Amino acid sequence: MHVPDGFLDVQTSAATAAVAAGGVALALRGARRELDERTAPLAGLTAAFVFAVQMVNFPVGAGTSGHLMGGVLAAVLVGPWTAILCMTVVLMVQALLFADGGLTALGTNVTLLGLVAVAVGWAVFRLLAAVLPRSRGGVLAAAGMGAFVSVPVAALAFVGLFAVGGVADVPLGTVAMAMGGVHVLIGLGEAAITVAVAGAVLAVRPDLVYGARALRRAALLAERPASVPAGAQ
Amino acid sequence: MGAGHGGVLGAAYLAGDSPVHRMEPHLKLVAVLGFALVVVATPVDAAWAWAAYGGYLALVLGAAAVAGVGPGRLGRGLAIEVPFVLFALLLPFVAQGPRVEVAGIAVSESGLVAAGGLLAKATLSVLAAVVLAATTEPRALLQGLERLRLPSLLVQILMFMIRYADVVGGELKRMRVARESRGFEGRNLSALRVLGPAAGSLFVRSYERGERVHLAMLSRGYTGRMPGGPAAAVPVQAWLTALVLPLGAAAVLASGLMFG
Repeated sequence: MHVPDGFLDVQTSAATAAVAAGGVALALRGARRELDERTAPLAGLTAAFVFAVQMVNFPVGAGTSGHLMGGVLAAVLVGPWTAILCMTVVLMVQALLFADGGLTALGTNVTLLGLVAVAVGWAVFRLLAAVLPRSRGGVLAAAGMGAFVSVPVAALAFVGLFAVGGVADVPLGTVAMAMGGVHVLIGLGEAAITVAVAGAVLAVRPDLVYGARALRRAALLAERPASVPAGAQ
Repeated sequence: MGAGHGGVLGAAYLAGDSPVHRMEPHLKLVAVLGFALVVVATPVDAAWAWAAYGGYLALVLGAAAVAGVGPGRLGRGLAIEVPFVLFALLLPFVAQGPRVEVAGIAVSESGLVAAGGLLAKATLSVLAAVVLAATTEPRALLQGLERLRLPSLLVQILMFMIRYADVVGGELKRMRVARESRGFEGRNLSALRVLGPAAGSLFVRSYERGERVHLAMLSRGYTGRMPGGPAAAVPVQAWLTALVLPLGAAAVLASGLMFG
């Protein structure tokens, strides 16, 4: 769900655009640390992946289906800075090529779905990953919880923006309850999909899961052979 | 990426040779953004607001007519709005303030005004964005963003995403055909045990493709920047033509503010 033009007034849109620009500038620096000079192709392909997976409708039961937002999944897979860039790029393509999400609201959408969702989700993931046992299950539980929390928090951040720069005089408590309630359910779906996808990648290519680097290091020390036999390459 | 082989991202593009098609992409971006800003800045509760919306609508429909974007395309573009129509329809019922009777139901007056404003503004902006997408190829949009000084790394990421979205989407489609030809039907949550690994392997394939593309680029001399030709200067005349849309809208808004 992307904010269209006209939901928030010009001042709020401009302020969130400034926040988004600052956040994306930081992410551009941070992503170089995560992926060095491979940033452009790898972040671009990950964005294409997020875009494609958003088109898959996952059944959530009772005949309804939902699709992934993907911010926390991308953060767990490729790192939070790259994830912010991926979400930004996906939102730009949706706004510019599909008119999905307003142009003046692009800053708002990047702030909510890129910065807030990824930052909150990643913070929850790191906290839980530090507390939970260092295992596949621990990483997946932390990823699921991060994905779950990111959705209602982004929705409540939108309610906060609506309180500041909304164009309608609605009782905020009611809106917050309704948005929060609906998005807790959406968050459950997000968590289920994130765990399923991250678990699948962890099973086949654990080295590609940025959020599971702790696991990888331990495994490499134990498993790497002393020397590569001649002709094995 | 033309109409024939544009894939999913080029689907919005309508091949053509209208003045709007030929316009420099960064001018079109500035024009549409300026138009959307003026539309958003219009106060919803002014008495003349609907007259202003009418003026904006005339401007954007005029641009669509010059660009040769038909009503069918514009209508299909509006379908994206549907969730917000639902949200806007709820507003009169949940908003506070004095009540008015509409068809025998008491609804909030301010909610009604806000809902009308929201729908009008979202519709106008979507129409302008549809004209932009229908007359500008994804590749040209990238050039436009680059000329508007978007950071080069971000432009490159966008470029890779746009170039490979169809490749990744194609893999996804082949996976779906394979699944369904083996009798898979996603009905409930247990389908995640199939769809999760499918999406997971899609990620692995995308990431590995990214690594291969990077190596191929390195072997062709990539140093972290994309070579670009010198940008041609844009004559004042072209700027003026492009700015007819936002300046016209600004004139409508200004006359509303002054005489309304």
